[in-house]
Amino acid sequence: MKKKQDILLKGIGASPGIVIGNIFHYKDEYTNIKEISISEKDIEKEIERLKTALKKSELEITKILQFAKEKLPEHQLRIFDAQILMLQDEYFINGIFMRIKSELKNAEFILTDEIRKYQEILIKTVKDDYLRERAFDVEDVKNRVIRNLNIQNLPSKIESSVIIVAKRLSPADTVIFSNNNILGYATDFGGYTSHTAILSRSLNIPCVVGLKEITEMISDDSIMILDGYGGNVIINPSEESINEYKAKLEKHRKFEISLMETSKLPPITIDRREFSVVANVEVPDELDFALSQGTDGIGLYRTEQMVIYKGSFPSEEEQYLAYRQVADKMNPRPVTFRTFDVGGDKVLPSNYQENNPFLGWRGIRISLEKPEIFLNQLRALLRASVNGNVKIMFPMISTLSEIKKAKEYVELAKKQLDEKKIPYDKDIKVGVMIEVPSAAVLANLIAKEVDFISIGTNDLIQYLLAVDRGNVLVSHLFQEFDPSVIRTVKFIIDEAHKAGQKISMCGEMAANPITTMLLIALGLDEFSVVPSRIPEIKKIIQSVTVDECKKVLENVLSMDEATTIKNYLEKSTKEKFPDFILDD
Amino acid sequence: MIEVEVTVKNRAGLHTRPAAMLVKLAGKFKCDFFIFKDGYQINGKSIIGVMTLAAEKGSTLTLMFDGEDEAEAAKEIVDLFERGFDEL
Repeated sequence: MKKKQDILLKGIGASPGIVIGNIFHYKDEYTNIKEISISEKDIEKEIERLKTALKKSELEITKILQFAKEKLPEHQLRIFDAQILMLQDEYFINGIFMRIKSELKNAEFILTDEIRKYQEILIKTVKDDYLRERAFDVEDVKNRVIRNLNIQNLPSKIESSVIIVAKRLSPADTVIFSNNNILGYATDFGGYTSHTAILSRSLNIPCVVGLKEITEMISDDSIMILDGYGGNVIINPSEESINEYKAKLEKHRKFEISLMETSKLPPITIDRREFSVVANVEVPDELDFALSQGTDGIGLYRTEQMVIYKGSFPSEEEQYLAYRQVADKMNPRPVTFRTFDVGGDKVLPSNYQENNPFLGWRGIRISLEKPEIFLNQLRALLRASVNGNVKIMFPMISTLSEIKKAKEYVELAKKQLDEKKIPYDKDIKVGVMIEVPSAAVLANLIAKEVDFISIGTNDLIQYLLAVDRGNVLVSHLFQEFDPSVIRTVKFIIDEAHKAGQKISMCGEMAANPITTMLLIALGLDEFSVVPSRIPEIKKIIQSVTVDECKKVLENVLSMDEATTIKNYLEKSTKEKFPDFILDD
Repeated sequence: MIEVEVTVKNRAGLHTRPAAMLVKLAGKFKCDFFIFKDGYQINGKSIIGVMTLAAEKGSTLTLMFDGEDEAEAAKEIVDLFERGFDEL
C-alpha cells in the first residue's frame, strides 16, 4: 500500500459537518471544444448522439425540478422550467441538425457555436441588465448537453457516499447530487454566499468552497477528509489524521449538545452586561435553524440572494411576500434587511467589464442609480414592517450624501404607500453598514444621521489593507487581526457610542470565538453571526466578566503584528475555554 | 394571416418566465407564429428566439399568425400580452 501523506487545503467552511470518504471529480466545464470533421456516412450517427444527449438532459432537469419542488421556494424553480423549454426548442435544435449535415462537424462544436451566437446577440443588443443575465442560463444548458454527449461523466453514474469535488457547481448540480446521498461538496470557486454554499446549507450537506486549486490536486482514487466547520480539506489523509478527525467529529457532536442548553439563555456576562447575539441569513429556509440555535433576531438578511437565484431583480410583490414571511416568522424578534448588495464578488454579468469590481458599481451605488429597483425594494420592506420588527440597512456606504439620498428614497417610498393607504411601520429604523474606510473615518457623523450601524468586517479589512481576498497571490495578506483593523474597529465603536448609538458587527470577525472577548471589551453591542456559531458566542459571553475582557484588549493594543495578536487570542481563548473547538 | 401590434407591459419585460409562458401557449396552436421587433424576426415557438428578442417594458412587437387556428392563437396570445404575463 502506498504511504499516505496529508495534503491540507484551506477554504471557506460553507456548510457544517465533517465527512471522510472517496472523492468524485465532477468536470462540468467545456471551454475547450474541439472542432472535429465527420464523414457523410456518420451524419445520422452524430445526430442520434445529439438527440440522445438532449433527451437525457431533459430527463435530468425534469428530475431535478421534481426534486427541487419539495425543497426550494417557487422562484428558485423557474430557471429549470425555462431550461426544459430550451431543450425542447425545435427551431433551435433543428438549426443545429442542419448545420451538422451541411458543415460535417461534430455535435459539440456546432452546439457550442450556435449557443455562442445567441449569447452574443443577448449581450450585444440588450441594454437591460436583467435580460442580459439570460445569456448565462443558456450556458448551463449547453454544459449539460455537452456532458451528456460525453457519457462517461454522467452525474447519475455517481455512487453514493462520495465527496463531490468540482471547480464550481451549478444550482442544478448541487440539488441533484444531494439526491444521491453524497457526503459533501468541495469546490475551487465560490464564497460563503455562493449558490453552492447556500443550497448545501439548506440541504444539510457539509461543504467547503473557495479551495482555489483542489481540482488540480486530486486523482480519482483520492480519499478526503472534509471539515465544513473549519473550512479544511485533507487529501490522502494519514491514519492519524483520519483518527484525529473522527475524534473531532465526536467532540463536535458532544460539544454541540452541551451548548444547546446554554444557548437558550440570554447572552449576559457574569457581571451583568447584556449583549445581543443574532444571525446572518440569506434564505428563509435558514430561519428554523437560526431559531434552534437560540438567536435573538436577524442582524443581517442578505436580500441579494433573491436576485442571484432569480437571475433578475424580483418584483415588489415577490419581495414583499418573501420579506413578510421572514418578518412574521421572527416576530417579535428584530430582522435587519440589507438592501441589495450586488456587484463586487456577487457580480452581475453586465459588470464583467469592470476592471476592479470591488471598487466599482456595487451596493448602494447601484440602488441610488436605479431608483425604480430601489423603490420597489423599499416599498416591499416597508409593507413587510407592519409587525414593527423590520429594520432597513444600506450596504457599501462611503459618503454621507449617499446616506441622505437613500433616506430620501425611504421617505418617497413611504409617501407612495401613504397615497395608496398601505400600512407600514412609521417608526421603522434605518441604518447602514460601515465597511468602507471612508465611512469608518466618518463613523461619528454617520451615527448621528442613522438609527443604527453595523460593521461589515470582511469588506472593511479588504479595503483597509488593500487586499483582494479572492486573489490567490495576495490573500495571505488578508489579516483580520492586523493592529490597523483592531484600531479601526475600536474607533468605529467609540465614535458610534459618543453619538449615543448602539453598534453591531456582522462580518466574519464577529463569528470567530477567539475575538469574542476582545469585542466585549471594545463595547460591541450586538454580534451578528452565522447561525451555527451562535451557541459558542453566547457561551463565551455568559462565562466572562467585562473586566477580564478588558485585560485581553489591553494586551492586544500593546501588540504590533497580526500574527502575535492572533496567537495570543488563540492561546487565551483555549486556556479559558479548553472544551472549545477552534478552527485552525 | 393575422398581424397584430402589442406592447410589452410587464415591468421586467420578456424575461425567462414570460418567455416560457409565451412559448408554452404558442406551442398549443398549429399555426405559424412569428414575432418582429425593430426589423428582427424570430419564431415565437422558440424560447431561445423569444429570449434573444430581449423585449423590455414599453417595446412594441408585431405578432404574425398564419395557419388554420390563427384567429384563436392571436386572441389568446394578445390577451397574454394585455395581462402583462400576469406580472402587473
